[in-house]
Amino acid sequence: MTRRQRRLTMIGGSLAVLAVAAALVLSAMRDSIVFFSTPAAVAEKHIPAGKRFRLGGLVQPGSLVRGDNLAVRFLVADDRATLAVSYKGILPDLFREGQGVVAEGALDSSGVFRADTVLAKHDETYMPKEVADALKKQGHWKDDYGVKPDQRAKQAGVPGDSPVAQSAPRTDRGTVQ
Amino acid sequence: MIAEAGHYALVLALALALIQSTVPIAGARWHDPALMNVARSTALAQLLFVGVSFAALVTLHVTSDFSVVNVFENSHSLKPLIYKITGVWGNHEGSMLLWVSILALFGGLVAAFGNNLPLSLRAHVLAVQAWIASAFYLFILITSNPFLRIANPPIEGRDLNPVLQDIGLAVHPPMLYLGYVGFSISFSFAVAALIEGRIDAAWARWVRPWTLLAWIFLTLGIAMGSYWAYYELGWGGWWFWDPVENASLMPWLAGTALLHSAVVMEKRNALKVWTILLSILTFSLSLLGTFLVRSGVLTSVHAFATDPTRGVFILLILCIFIGGSLSLYAWRASTLKQGGLFAPISREGALVLNNLFLTTACATVFIGTLYPLALEVLTGDKISVGAPFFNLTFAPLFLPLMIAVPFGPLLAWKRGDLLGAAQRLVAAGIAALIAIAVLWAWTRGGSAFAPLAIGLAVFVIAGALTDLVERTGLFRVPLGAALRRGRGLPRSTWGTVFAHAGVGVALIGIVCETTWNSEYIGSMKPDDVAVIAGYQLKLDGVTQRQGPNYREMVAQFAVSLDGRRLSTMTPSKRNFTTRGSTTTEAALLTRGASQLYISLGETAADGSVAVRIYHKPMVLLIWFGPVLMAFGGMLSLSDRRLRVGAPKPARAVRGLQAAE
Repeated sequence: MTRRQRRLTMIGGSLAVLAVAAALVLSAMRDSIVFFSTPAAVAEKHIPAGKRFRLGGLVQPGSLVRGDNLAVRFLVADDRATLAVSYKGILPDLFREGQGVVAEGALDSSGVFRADTVLAKHDETYMPKEVADALKKQGHWKDDYGVKPDQRAKQAGVPGDSPVAQSAPRTDRGTVQ
Repeated sequence: MIAEAGHYALVLALALALIQSTVPIAGARWHDPALMNVARSTALAQLLFVGVSFAALVTLHVTSDFSVVNVFENSHSLKPLIYKITGVWGNHEGSMLLWVSILALFGGLVAAFGNNLPLSLRAHVLAVQAWIASAFYLFILITSNPFLRIANPPIEGRDLNPVLQDIGLAVHPPMLYLGYVGFSISFSFAVAALIEGRIDAAWARWVRPWTLLAWIFLTLGIAMGSYWAYYELGWGGWWFWDPVENASLMPWLAGTALLHSAVVMEKRNALKVWTILLSILTFSLSLLGTFLVRSGVLTSVHAFATDPTRGVFILLILCIFIGGSLSLYAWRASTLKQGGLFAPISREGALVLNNLFLTTACATVFIGTLYPLALEVLTGDKISVGAPFFNLTFAPLFLPLMIAVPFGPLLAWKRGDLLGAAQRLVAAGIAALIAIAVLWAWTRGGSAFAPLAIGLAVFVIAGALTDLVERTGLFRVPLGAALRRGRGLPRSTWGTVFAHAGVGVALIGIVCETTWNSEYIGSMKPDDVAVIAGYQLKLDGVTQRQGPNYREMVAQFAVSLDGRRLSTMTPSKRNFTTRGSTTTEAALLTRGASQLYISLGETAADGSVAVRIYHKPMVLLIWFGPVLMAFGGMLSLSDRRLRVGAPKPARAVRGLQAAE
């Protein structure tokens, strides 16, 4: 093999791998990306049932209803609209009424958002970043949301920094006796 | 007083770094050894002053001096001593101080042990190192000063985020930073080589141990962080493709590629320009990681800081260093002479393939991590790119790489014999097929993917051992002779075997955990029994307990297998009074390499507790694999030919000739 042929082999091989990678990235981009939405946007856009997305907003105070065997229902609100969410499993440590929440799942045929994952992601002002941005955009940002952690902690008895709590998608394989 | 001293020491370190970034370069220009040697003394003095500064901050935290903002915001007088110390880097300012301390440490190490480097190269390397250091000293002093005072000191601090009050935090960030920042050395060497316009095999010999050292720490740091997330966050996951995790994975992938391409450059004097580029890219990705974590552009577990001015400052540093070094590369790379020829089927060819797949895999992680940010900036759409994306892109690129791994060490330099290598790997291939068949039969035609992936992992492990068997002549010569040969093998060969086997081991853990993981979620009352993977877990009762700075609710579970009592597991939920926050402390029971995992949810009004129980088969292998890899790295690092700072140049030359 001449130097030229060797070099061509190498370049050809590299391009082949890069092409495969690009194809993988593009196809994955189409199928596995999850958009973020707020209850108001859900009402406007008519997202089809079964399409996965992330829903963010505030947990409506007083809306949390606990059912049997860890089933919960609550309302997510963004000051313009509310959306009912159902979830089965353990809610994260940071989940509280009146606080920000992000849930991942899809709408069912009756228009209830069935979440398989509930995240309570907080920055220092107790707001998931997406939720804070969405509320700001709607012009409903209240200064109260940005209260310093220490004061707010005293008011609400909530944590002071930005840990993530999440409950993973659940698959029940255990049984209760 | 201590705070002011710490602040002052940091300013002095900045001044020293500014001298170190200019004077040695001028010295190299004028061929003045005295000026070039300034680099050495300033690097050591810089280390001393940063050390003083860091020690000052540790002292402030240990003595709970709440007149300092940083201590007030992140400490509490009741906090255990160990967390007072680790709390130093559990916040933005402190962790940046740790970052520059480690940078100064590496600079100091090069200064102290770089006696065998050509004078001008050492001057350039240390000068580039000082450019980075100056930028970050300025960043700390201007935007993130950890020594700021409060006018009216409060009596009590606000306490450290409870999630961070864990022994994992003592180890994870320093390890990770030793890795991240360690790559600054290969970056400085690359930039120095570009400035000098000269690069040879000896250059690779100097760079390789530093890269290896950084890689070992990064490997352990990532593994440690993953295990910490697994047991501390309480939902049993060990890798979330979270942007912050990706930020550490990208330099690891590029660094792994760099390690391998540096071998080619050292042994065969080829791939020079590519190695230089990889050195620049690896540290650029480390800087990008620092930016992602420290600027607060992401909201995630690790981003405990949010302040846009800081973000813009780091972005500026990022642009200057990445842009500058890549421009320098574009301008000067053509002056570096291209080296040795090799056939596509050869050890070099295999290492190029390794580089190709590692960098492409790195690129997919890069896209998956930054695409959502770019999209949000450009269109305002918010999307999340999670595990499904990476499973579809990263995994398919990693699988062919795994198949190729055992072939590499069996191919000869320059021109290899693929058929010969394949013949020698027949035993490994048979082992893999047996593993697939056994697993297939055992799972009775369940998922086909898991047995195949485990077969691949067995192939990687057996392939690594094949290399060892070939080299020692085990099974061909008497055992004693084989053992003698084994002892005589270069340690770097042993290192390769362990590192490659570690990849296989980790893959087995990953596949077993994701495929055969079982989970039980439910609410339990005392005397309820949960059954999972054959284990019976009986909730004996729930008690309250007072810790040093928290109250906790502890649940006692009696674990038994086939009616035989094994152990008691005590998961708990801690309530930290100062911050009013709750953390979940999972309980782990290790059985071989598998684990039972219990974490608690909320307590209902009727006294029942929400409980999440996992059985995770072979889960410990996920972290044992990286430990093996790091051990392989250490063996390789202890190889005489590579030993950091081999004292005499003469010895280095002899070592070079002895190299294969």
